[in-house]
Amino acid sequence: MLGYVLVAAGAAVGAPLRYLVDRMVQLRHMSSFPWGTFTVNVAGTLVLGAVTGFTLVGATGSDVRLLLGTGLCGALTTYSTLSYETVRLVEQRARFLAVANLLGTVVAGLGAAVLGFTIGQLL
Amino acid sequence: MTESDRPERHAMPIDSDVDVSMPEQRQELRGSSGRVLGVIALGGVIGALARYQLGKWWPAPIDAFPAATLTINLLGCLLIGVLMVLIADLGTRRPLVRPFLGTGVLGGFTTFSTYAVDLQTLIGQGRADTALGYLAATAVGAVAAVTFGMFLARRVPVRRLV
Repeated sequence: MLGYVLVAAGAAVGAPLRYLVDRMVQLRHMSSFPWGTFTVNVAGTLVLGAVTGFTLVGATGSDVRLLLGTGLCGALTTYSTLSYETVRLVEQRARFLAVANLLGTVVAGLGAAVLGFTIGQLL
Repeated sequence: MTESDRPERHAMPIDSDVDVSMPEQRQELRGSSGRVLGVIALGGVIGALARYQLGKWWPAPIDAFPAATLTINLLGCLLIGVLMVLIADLGTRRPLVRPFLGTGVLGGFTTFSTYAVDLQTLIGQGRADTALGYLAATAVGAVAAVTFGMFLARRVPVRRLV
């Protein structure tokens, strides 16, 4: 039961945060490249990496993982927006940006996961 | 229903969460910001709980392929493709639908962070082939799912439903 509450609490923050960050980034960087989604995806992955690294060593794992990991990071990051934007860029004849968006997010995300995990283990 | 009855493709946003290049979305937070953020939060909770529950019903053992996350992400991508086409048909008549279902539910349901950490874990376990397979299956599958979702929705005579 508590698990559901923790996930819900994290998601209730994560989803609006994604919207606000995306909006803020777009307003400051008027570009076809979806920097807003890129930012939340990479930042959310960094946090999840850290949470995973941190909870892997201790017994405090589950609650923190559900709240910050499954809830917050799970809702802050998104694959649906990422891939929708990629397809829309292709439809707008911006294929290079589409590929850059998808590959760039995956590569940066992987880097963020590794970095975050390392930091988490050190905490 | 002919292709000419469809809304122009360029009228659809690039970003399904929020696209400030579209004037009506730039105004979105004025006056109704509480409601917009509220439905996003509600949708996000629903999507995240669905993801959590599916993960509990279909747990991935330590050495397994993250099938649940892959399925969740592909399903969410299919649905966002359908949704964004149907919303383009609705116009501005129901302004909270996109924030609730798109940004909220589907954004909360799908996840990039879990995917990336899954990859990092697989690589750390020395399972590079599995990691590559998972990386590609999700990335390619997601784009295919969105495309298919949009394709399906564009074939539905929505004007008669709405």
